[in-house]
Amino acid sequence: MADTITDPTGAATATSNAVQLSGVTKRFGDVVAVDDLDLSITDGEFFSLLGPSGCGKTTTLRMIAGLELPTQGSVKIHGEEMGLRPPNKRPVNTVFQSYALFPHMDVRANVGFGLEMRKVDKAERDEQIAWAIDLVEMGGMGHRKPGQLSGGQQQRVALARALVNRPEVLLLDEPLGALDLKLRQQMQTELKNLQREVGITFVYVTHDQEEAVTMSDRIGVMHEGRLLQVDTPEAIYERPTTRFVADFIGRTNFLEATVAGRDEVVLANGDRLRLSSDHADGTAVAVTVRPERLTVHGRGQAPDDQHRIDGVLESAVYLGNAIIYTISIDWMRLEVRCPATLAGHRRSAGDDVTVSFEPEHASVVVG
Amino acid sequence: MAKGVARSTAEPMGWSKWLLRGHSALVYAFFYAPIAVLTFYSFNESQIVGRWTGFSMRWYGDFLENDNVQQSIWVSVKVCIASTLISVVLGTLAALSIERFRWWGQKAFDAVLYLPIIIPDVTMAVMLMVFFSETAEWFNVIPGVDLSEGLEKLVLSHVAFNISFVSVVVRARLTNLDATMEEAAADLYANRWQTFRRVTLPQIMPGVLGGALLAVTLSLDDVVVSSFVSAVGATPVSVYVFGMLRKGVSPLINAVSVVILAASMALVIASLVLERVTNSPKGPEEE
Repeated sequence: MADTITDPTGAATATSNAVQLSGVTKRFGDVVAVDDLDLSITDGEFFSLLGPSGCGKTTTLRMIAGLELPTQGSVKIHGEEMGLRPPNKRPVNTVFQSYALFPHMDVRANVGFGLEMRKVDKAERDEQIAWAIDLVEMGGMGHRKPGQLSGGQQQRVALARALVNRPEVLLLDEPLGALDLKLRQQMQTELKNLQREVGITFVYVTHDQEEAVTMSDRIGVMHEGRLLQVDTPEAIYERPTTRFVADFIGRTNFLEATVAGRDEVVLANGDRLRLSSDHADGTAVAVTVRPERLTVHGRGQAPDDQHRIDGVLESAVYLGNAIIYTISIDWMRLEVRCPATLAGHRRSAGDDVTVSFEPEHASVVVG
Repeated sequence: MAKGVARSTAEPMGWSKWLLRGHSALVYAFFYAPIAVLTFYSFNESQIVGRWTGFSMRWYGDFLENDNVQQSIWVSVKVCIASTLISVVLGTLAALSIERFRWWGQKAFDAVLYLPIIIPDVTMAVMLMVFFSETAEWFNVIPGVDLSEGLEKLVLSHVAFNISFVSVVVRARLTNLDATMEEAAADLYANRWQTFRRVTLPQIMPGVLGGALLAVTLSLDDVVVSSFVSAVGATPVSVYVFGMLRKGVSPLINAVSVVILAASMALVIASLVLERVTNSPKGPEEE
């Protein structure tokens, strides 16, 4: 094959990376959908690409599947350069957002389609189809047409249709997006269990941060065609490196600050805070602290080893299992989430308070 | 109406109900009275079309003895089958090329494709006549093709206008077909041909059959284009009947028309029955 992108050494340098994207860029006319993306997905992991709609996550997935070709860069699957290979010659399968089941074929024919195309013989095929249908708990529905199934059942069939081929990598494009909340939560657990059971690398595209955090081994957060941070769900939540990541995943407070040396930042009110960052002196940054990592004390009663900011309690909202305090400090408002205690311990609007947090619960972000 | 089903508020009541019923009856009369009259007088004994003198099958006898009429029917059938098959294949390909691919000159092709639907039959007929008279020798170079016979000219001209109609119908179907389905097939190791054969074609089949039915009808109906391009010895029945009229109306026309009518109704009924048989455990296609 006379590919321009093929790297002749590709096969020889096989690694344990299921998917390896290097310098992948995709342009549609003037629009840059994916911008110089580097990403390695480890064999057997559940990897999520997370981001708002239009961030390029689906385009990235489609480039792995071969449904789009990169404008630049290389896509490798288990060390093998994919180049211009069409989707039908790639060792991956996709679960589409719309499921894309074939309406004129019954469940068994849908599930068996990939095996049939690869000319697997009839007996072997029947066995595999039965295995996959059982795997997604759709036994007894083999002769139904997709139109006779509910959304959740169609989703299972789409999953079986892809998994039956035992792909090296399974690509999932917002597969739970069309389901209602309860079913979605149930399917999240099932998908995660399924992935452990079959041991196939999952690449999962979603805009739902809760979904990504619940299921993934690692998450890549995308924004405007760029990969901002790749890490475990916990690290993404606790130690975001950019303002976008901190804001997109969970709720958070941003305290504007400036870098002063390697280990210190200066807040807007002049308070110095011991926080390490890689940014140059004088860089405008923000310190982000999650609402549940902040503690509210009576004015002056906060422990000395924590960082403290004085403020006035503006409002308290009782949520049942928690209370959300809005506290006004000199130059902004902070949101604090406390476990709900007995009613008598609740503070009320107008109280003078001190907000405190452990330095390790704060992160320095840019952007 | 089923027991216990509430009456629709849209259902007309009182005098408006009777007015609408009368209207429907008139519409049906308008459609079918001419057919009834035609059929009735085809059994007339008299030589004069409008005067009933008694029941007779003599015009059907004449029909069976008239080689020219029968020959023209065969010409029509042959031209119809050949032109339908060719235009269904080409029209479907044209629809696919416009709906599923992007290429240079596509917009222009799209616009030109529908010209035969828009331009008057007479214009098309004159164009084709001039075209064939200028280029007949070129076609004769192809082995087995002899445009002087007329049959090939008829087929080619019918294909020329039928492609447009077939592609319009197939396109409508393709537009509603989720292209992700074809991506899914490719993702499941199907090559382009397998994807078309196993996924696309079965789903656009109603459109393809609809286009074919339209092509059959248009081909059998056509008088204008056919009369301009047909040669002696290859006259389709529509042109033949039109020619008979010029020689004076004979009740033979009635008999010929009834036979054609019966044949087309048999075709329509057969296609409806076929559709019911093949679609019985019908899976809903779109939600």
